Amino acid sequence: MPAAIEVSGLKRSYGDLLAVKGISFTIEQGSCTALLGPNGAGKTTTVEILEGYRHRDGGDVTVLGTDPARGDRSWRQRLGIVPQNCADLLELTVGECVTHFASLYPAPREPEAVLELVGLVEKAGSRVSTLSGGQRRRLDVALGIIGNPELVFLDEPTTGFDPEARRAFWQLVAALKAEGATILLTTHYMEEADALADRAIVVNHGVVVADAPPHALGERADDLAVVKWIEAGVAVERDTTTPTALIAELHARLGGELDGLEVRRPTLEDVYLRLVGEQES
Amino acid sequence: MTSLIKSWMGRGRIEVMLTFRDRRTITFTVMLPLILLLVLSSLVHPIGLKYVSFAQYLTAGMIASGLVYGGFQGLSIAIPEERSNGTLKRLYGTPMPRSAYFAGKIMNVVVIYVIQIVLMLGLGAIAFHVTIPTSPTAIITFIWLSALALITFTSLGIAFSSLAKTGQAAAAIATPLVLFLQFTSGVFFIVTSEPTWMRSIASVFPLRWLCQGMRSVFLPARFGSQELGGGFHLGQVALIMAVWSVVGLVLCFRTFRWLPLGED
Repeated sequence: MPAAIEVSGLKRSYGDLLAVKGISFTIEQGSCTALLGPNGAGKTTTVEILEGYRHRDGGDVTVLGTDPARGDRSWRQRLGIVPQNCADLLELTVGECVTHFASLYPAPREPEAVLELVGLVEKAGSRVSTLSGGQRRRLDVALGIIGNPELVFLDEPTTGFDPEARRAFWQLVAALKAEGATILLTTHYMEEADALADRAIVVNHGVVVADAPPHALGERADDLAVVKWIEAGVAVERDTTTPTALIAELHARLGGELDGLEVRRPTLEDVYLRLVGEQES
Repeated sequence: MTSLIKSWMGRGRIEVMLTFRDRRTITFTVMLPLILLLVLSSLVHPIGLKYVSFAQYLTAGMIASGLVYGGFQGLSIAIPEERSNGTLKRLYGTPMPRSAYFAGKIMNVVVIYVIQIVLMLGLGAIAFHVTIPTSPTAIITFIWLSALALITFTSLGIAFSSLAKTGQAAAAIATPLVLFLQFTSGVFFIVTSEPTWMRSIASVFPLRWLCQGMRSVFLPARFGSQELGGGFHLGQVALIMAVWSVVGLVLCFRTFRWLPLGED
């Protein structure tokens, strides 16, 4: 199966500023990849080059077998883009938006089915200007997937969501993935990348600083685990490389259930901050 | 081919829907000319106007201004707005034929123009006894003038839209420019009563010629003697409007940007 996205030696500068200094990665079809990095790291530039919005100064890029700089209509039919910061379509209704954008694709999804999927059925008759931030973003997602794309770009899709809306959104992405779509996600929420992505690519200062499944990122799996429990009314905390052995020993020594037992690995956010922080020094 | 036309009609529908829902567009492109026509016809009788009522004279000028409002001013404000709020970026990311965006804008300008004409002629006929021309010659002249004006002012509006970053910035330049051209091109005043320098400036721009052509449609033939050069000179009008159409088209094709400056 050919890769959905292939990037090698990608470079882009703005005036004197080298925003992207040679990024390379390959994204397999049907995968969900999170592109992570602080603001100004080169994430948006990279994604918008892949989407065919921005030009590049160097390197090779193929998206669904086509160079995005030469992407034509038949290529765009296979993509779904959920851009950042949308403030358009305000005076149309939600239903009019999905119907109109469906008409731009040769084999779109059913507009009603898409509204169902993003949970906006009751809002079909409402003007976009009356939607809450989360509802608006779900509409953006609806417009991104209405063409039944093979590859979906989600650029910070859940910014401004409440926790409930975020969970609902994650289910939506999981459903897209289950249907076989390839997903490239950028986000500032590490929890989101952890929940959705089978791979995380961290960029900083225009280069890739880490590229691994979220659970393995930055040797996260081999890190010290923190084990906490309560012994004789006192909270105890210990760092260990062998938490299972420690718990077995505690179980043998104290007998029965351990009070307040907790085993904690570094979160993706801990690892991410370390990766991005290392670069700063 | 049919799918291309379908995409044009689809965008046209959306644009017209948006126009009717946006109070500003209706105010500035439809109500404003109507109010100007009503107020000025009731108040003023300019110096040096012979043979016709001011309402009749003004009707020709306001109909000529119709495409300046809807085409030039409307687009030069709406497009930067759509560039900064993400409309253009979103459309660019879809397989929509690029021409559909412009087709939608043009259809919308035509619809606004037709509404302007119906309302202005209706108001003029009812309130000020404005005569509506019915001769085939007048109608044919009206159609080719409108077609050239549509091309000129929509393409100049699209070209102008690339200069401004936001709709507000565009409005701050386009609105006074349109007013200046209207004042000097014979919309409200008689060109022959203007100082020479003002006439010379106005004569460079298309509105003066469009007004002259529209007067040949809406005013009696003998009014021609009141024009600069003693006649309507439709050949000259057609030539200058055609040159401006080409200039407008070249400029709009060369300057149009889908994405905000620095985001490409």
